[in-house]
Amino acid sequence: MGKNLIELNHISKIFDGEQVIDDLNLSIKENSFVTLLGPSGCGKTTTLRIIAGFIRPDKGNVIFDGVDITDLPPNERQLNTVFQKYALFPHMNVRDNIAFGLNIKKKSKSYIDDKIKYALKLVNLDGYEKRNVESLSGGQQQRIAIARAIVNEPKVLLLDEPLAALDLKLRQEMQYELKKLKNELGITFIYVTHDQEEALTMSDTVVVMNQGYIQQLGTPEQIYNEPENAFVATFIGDSNIVHGVMLEDYLVEIFGSPFKCIDSGFGKRQPVDVVIRPEDVDIVDINSDKAILKGKMIGAIFKGEMYEMECRTNDGFEWLIHSTDLVEPGKEVGIFVEPENIQIMNKPASEDEEAVEVLAELNEE
Amino acid sequence: MKNKKLKLFTIPYAAWMLFFVIIPIFIIGYYGVTDSNGNFTLANIFSITQYEHYKSLFLAIYLAIICTVICLLIAYPLALILRKLDPKLSGTLIFIFLLPMWMNMLLRTLAWQILLERKGVINALLTMAHLPTLNIINTNAAVVLGMVYDFLPFMVMPVFNSLSKIDDSVIDAASDLGAKYHTVLFRIIIPLSIPGIVSGITMVFIPALTTFVISNILGGGRILLIGGLIEQEFMHASNWNLGSGLSIFLILFVFVFIAISMFFDDEEELA
Ligand SMILES: Nc1ncnc2c1ncn2[C@@H]1O[C@H](COP(=O)(O)OP(=O)(O)OP(=O)(O)O)[C@@H](O)[C@H]1O
Ligand SMILES: [Mg+2]
Repeated sequence: MGKNLIELNHISKIFDGEQVIDDLNLSIKENSFVTLLGPSGCGKTTTLRIIAGFIRPDKGNVIFDGVDITDLPPNERQLNTVFQKYALFPHMNVRDNIAFGLNIKKKSKSYIDDKIKYALKLVNLDGYEKRNVESLSGGQQQRIAIARAIVNEPKVLLLDEPLAALDLKLRQEMQYELKKLKNELGITFIYVTHDQEEALTMSDTVVVMNQGYIQQLGTPEQIYNEPENAFVATFIGDSNIVHGVMLEDYLVEIFGSPFKCIDSGFGKRQPVDVVIRPEDVDIVDINSDKAILKGKMIGAIFKGEMYEMECRTNDGFEWLIHSTDLVEPGKEVGIFVEPENIQIMNKPASEDEEAVEVLAELNEE
Repeated sequence: MKNKKLKLFTIPYAAWMLFFVIIPIFIIGYYGVTDSNGNFTLANIFSITQYEHYKSLFLAIYLAIICTVICLLIAYPLALILRKLDPKLSGTLIFIFLLPMWMNMLLRTLAWQILLERKGVINALLTMAHLPTLNIINTNAAVVLGMVYDFLPFMVMPVFNSLSKIDDSVIDAASDLGAKYHTVLFRIIIPLSIPGIVSGITMVFIPALTTFVISNILGGGRILLIGGLIEQEFMHASNWNLGSGLSIFLILFVFVFIAISMFFDDEEELA
C-alpha cells in the first residue's frame, strides 16, 4: 500500500434538481479494499459510476494514477465493473462473454484461451466455457461476470452490490471467495453495499455515506467502535444512543447519573450524544455499587449466538442489551458500562451541518 | 366452471374466424384446383410460370425488398433514438407516429396520389419555389414510397420493442470492457434485437408483397404486382379459378418466407 490510485476531488452531481453527490472527496490507495456503505439512494452507485465513467460529474474531477480522467469515456478507462444484475451478454456463451474484452484488445487466440481457463479456475467454474449464460444459477452468473472483468487485468475492480441478489448462504460463501480473489489478484477493489456486515467483514476501509455526503471513513474497527456521529452509530450495528451532558473531562452524565468515560476536550455542561453498543451494556446486581442506573428487564429473545434483551431504566429509556447470559424479564437490575465502551459524539445542529463537519475533518487529515 | 364461461366469450371470435378466414380459404382452395367446369387441375397454380404472371411476382418481390430495406434503415436508427429517450417522451412520439395508422389505408394512399400528381401539391410548391418538378407518380418509386409510408410503423414497433428490452447495464458492461460505440452496436445491440428485426421484416415484407391498393393508386395501372394481378382476375376478368390458383401460390410463397424467418429467429435464441 502507499500511493493514491484514485482521487475524487470536490465531486458534485445533480439529477433532476436533486443534489445526489455534494462536494465529495475521497482518496483510494493502491491495493486497498474500499467499501462504500450507506442506505438506499445515498449515492453509492452514482459515485461508482462516476469512477467508471458512465456519469460525468457536474463539478470536480477524477484522478486515476495521477492523471485526470474526468473526461475519459468508460471504454478507455483501465478499470472494470461487476454489475449488480450481472449484465452478462445473453446471446453469447460463457467463453464469448469472458473473451469480449480481450477480443476488443485483439489478443491472440491462445492468450485468450489461457486467460479464460485461468479465470474460470479462479472463480471455481472450470469447464463451463460452452455453457449458455442463461442456464446458469445466479451465483454462477455472478462468478462469470467477475471472470469477465478480471481477465482484462484492470488495476481497479468496481463491484456494485455484486452479491445482493444471492441468498444468505451463497452470499457468505462468495464474500469469502471475493476476499480470497482480491488477495490473489493483488488489485484494488471498490465495493458498494448497503449491508453493513458485509462491509465490515470484507474491507480494509469503509466509507459510510448518507445523502451524498461521506459520514465517516475508516477501518471497520474504527467505524464500529468509534462512530463519528449518530447516523454512523445507528447504521452500523445496533446501538443505544442517549442524550448526555459532559460534566468534566472523562465524566459524562446520562439520565442524571455520572458515567466515567475516556473522552475529553468538551465544554463544561456541553450536551452530547452518547453511543453504547448493546453488547457493552453490563447487567449487574441492583444493590452493587456498580449499578449506576437502575431498572427492570422487560423482554428477552434468543438469537442463537446470544440473547437480545431489553431493560427499562427508571428514566423510561429502553436499553438494548446483547449477552450470552439470560436475565429473566421482570427482574430488577442495575446497569453499568465500562468507560472505554462509552462513545461520546458532538450533537449535530442539523443533518447537513453534521455532514459538513465530518467532511471538514476529513479534509484536514 | 370458470372455463365454461370463458369459452362462451370465444364464440364470436371463433365464428369470425370461421366465416371470414377459414371458409374463404376453403373457397379459394376449391377454385384454385378446379377449372371452369369444376374438374380438378393444377394448371391455375402452375400458371405462375407464364411470363406476365412471374413478371408481376418478381416485380412485387423486388419492390417489397426495397421497401423493407428502406423501412429497416429508417426504423432502426429511429428506434435507437426512441430507446434513449425518457419513456414518457418516447411513448408520446410513438403515439404520434402511429396516429396516421388510424386512418384508412386507402385514404392515406389517395392522399399521396394527390401530393405526387403531376399537377399535385408537391409540384405546385416546387414550381412556386422555381425548382424542377418531381415526376414520380405512376412509377416504381411512387409505389415504394407509398409502401414505406404505409408499412413503416410495422417495422418501428417490433424493432423498438426488442431494443427497449435490452438492459442498459448490458450496454454499459460492453463499453466498460473497452468497446467503442460501433462495437457495442454490432456485437451487442443488433444481435440482441434480431427477433424484432425479423418480425419487422416479416410484417413489412408480406403486406408489401401482396398489396394491390398501393400499386393501383400510385402506379396508375402501369405497375402490375402479383396482388394486383390476382385482384384483376377476381374483379375484372371474373376468372376466379385463375385468381385462386395464383393466390394459393402466393400463400405458399409467404409460408416458405415465414418458415425461413422463424428459422433465423430460433437460431438466434438457441445461440
Ligand atoms: N440517472 C439518474 N437520473 C435521475 N436520478 C438518478 C439517476 N441515477 C440516480 N439517481 C438518483 O440519485 C440518488 C442516488 O442514487 P444511487 O443509485 O447512487 O443510490 P445508491 O446509493 O446506489 O442506492 P441503492 O442502494 O438503492 O442502489 C437517488 O435518489 C436516485 O433516484
Ligand atoms: Mg445502487
